[in-house]
Amino acid sequence: MNPENFIADHIKSLPRSGIRDFFAIVSEMPQAISLGIGEPDFVTPWKIREASIFALEQGKTSYTDNRGLLSLRKEISKYCASFFGPEYDPVSEILVTVGVSEAIDIALRSILNPGDKVLYHEPCYVSYAPSVTLAFGEAIPVATTPGQEFSLDPEAFEKAWQPGCKILMLNFPTNPTGGTADREKLERLAKFAKDKDLIVISDEIYAELTYEGEHVSIASLPGMKERTLLLHGFSKGFAMTGFRVGFGCGPDWLIDAMMKIHQYCMMCAPILSQEAAIEALVNGSEDVMRMRDQYHKRRDFVIRRFNEIGLSCHLPRGSFYAFPDISITGLNETEFCHRLLREQEVAVVPGTAFGDHGVNHVRASFSTSYEKLVEATNRMESFVDCLDSENAHSAAI
Amino acid sequence: MSDLLSVLQETADPRPERLAKILGCTAEDVESELEELRKNKTLLGWMPLLNPTHHDLEQVRAVIEVKISPEREGGFDRMAMRISKFEEVESCYLMSGGYDLLVFVTGKNLRSVASFISERLATIDGVLSTATHFLLRPYKDHGHIFEEESENQEKPSVSP
Repeated sequence: MNPENFIADHIKSLPRSGIRDFFAIVSEMPQAISLGIGEPDFVTPWKIREASIFALEQGKTSYTDNRGLLSLRKEISKYCASFFGPEYDPVSEILVTVGVSEAIDIALRSILNPGDKVLYHEPCYVSYAPSVTLAFGEAIPVATTPGQEFSLDPEAFEKAWQPGCKILMLNFPTNPTGGTADREKLERLAKFAKDKDLIVISDEIYAELTYEGEHVSIASLPGMKERTLLLHGFSKGFAMTGFRVGFGCGPDWLIDAMMKIHQYCMMCAPILSQEAAIEALVNGSEDVMRMRDQYHKRRDFVIRRFNEIGLSCHLPRGSFYAFPDISITGLNETEFCHRLLREQEVAVVPGTAFGDHGVNHVRASFSTSYEKLVEATNRMESFVDCLDSENAHSAAI
Repeated sequence: MSDLLSVLQETADPRPERLAKILGCTAEDVESELEELRKNKTLLGWMPLLNPTHHDLEQVRAVIEVKISPEREGGFDRMAMRISKFEEVESCYLMSGGYDLLVFVTGKNLRSVASFISERLATIDGVLSTATHFLLRPYKDHGHIFEEESENQEKPSVSP
């Protein structure tokens, strides 16, 4: 039996996530300080966990409506109206999914015919391009740049457009850069989406973790609700990664199409997670603000330290990631990460794990305690100083 | 709340040099703000949070509900201050409800706490009655949970 014959061609050619390779190395060094974690270091607030435990005690162990508990969809509708702006009908315009990742997958599969094109910005979350490939679409990356602090660049999208583009995929604030999108640029992009008749998939999972200015959803702009799928979830702001619960809000025809896939492949999100999500939306806002304030302070510390060390770093306006430029060290991003791990036992992630446009950068999460951040940045300072001495020595020779 | 107070509440290491690094200022700046906080009595002092179940630190703690007679001038204050001054008294609060003062007392052993209550506290003129409850086992103190949930060993150290 030749296993090669049994793996689909488009899976064979799908590259492994660069982050997985790096994870394999770090997992063998449990003593290392990891700034490579893409999730909150906070445990889910107790009141949310307790709601899930209570639901279990009450014997809530069944499937739910494929679209999710109606009580949860009603709370999502209220939350979206107050936080993002648009009002969605809980019955027909909201689908509860197993995290935002599932929502992205089924949205792409619902919309794309083979060969349809998707514009997305890069560096970006690791799953975007592979998800497009898995839906037999063509991913067209559009660079966000350090010069613009990796924020939305509508002009770059306009230039990258080509016939066959069907979807515009956005993620602001962005993992891994912390870039955001202001209202003016979103308005220009909205006009572009309307002119070119594009559907927008807007992953706004880090929306609550915006530190500068207000978060603006493209779905809230005039004429955009009917062509935007707003994706959000509980993993980041509410520190509920393991609950695996997210949602999509959009026009009923798109939610219906996504439902067709969701009902066959997933059935529904776990009921205990949905019960926890209700508690999060009803009573969790103070916890979100508490965690957000902590990230905000840690961000200010980490960015200042990186710039002191000589690793030029823009101020991430959202998310919990710093994305410093490491080119001054003379190493490429992969060498930098491997040597930093080996020599100082600090783990950061190569920027190219998030697409080719992450070259010369590394992602460092500040979702960890002050103690670890202080120690990790001290070790990075020693590392960079050693590299400086090495480079000076080489130059002298 | 100032940034310094906020960081102080989060960090286990209050050295000014370390705080200065976190806050992006000089150690002198931190010292001067600490001095100001002490002066205006926002910051009253430092106290390590010890694990009372640790073998070397084992003490007997009791919480005592005390009924007292209020005085014509000063109400409960003079009595509360008098009780607070005993070194065995860890904390003392004026309460609403069925009794007047809630007094936390510590001692080396059961006998020392019992004798303090019966010989010193209950005998004060104006103390009408006491009801003593010995603390058996701590679960949470000053926001610290003594038996933390075990850290998730399988949580990945790098994730997307």
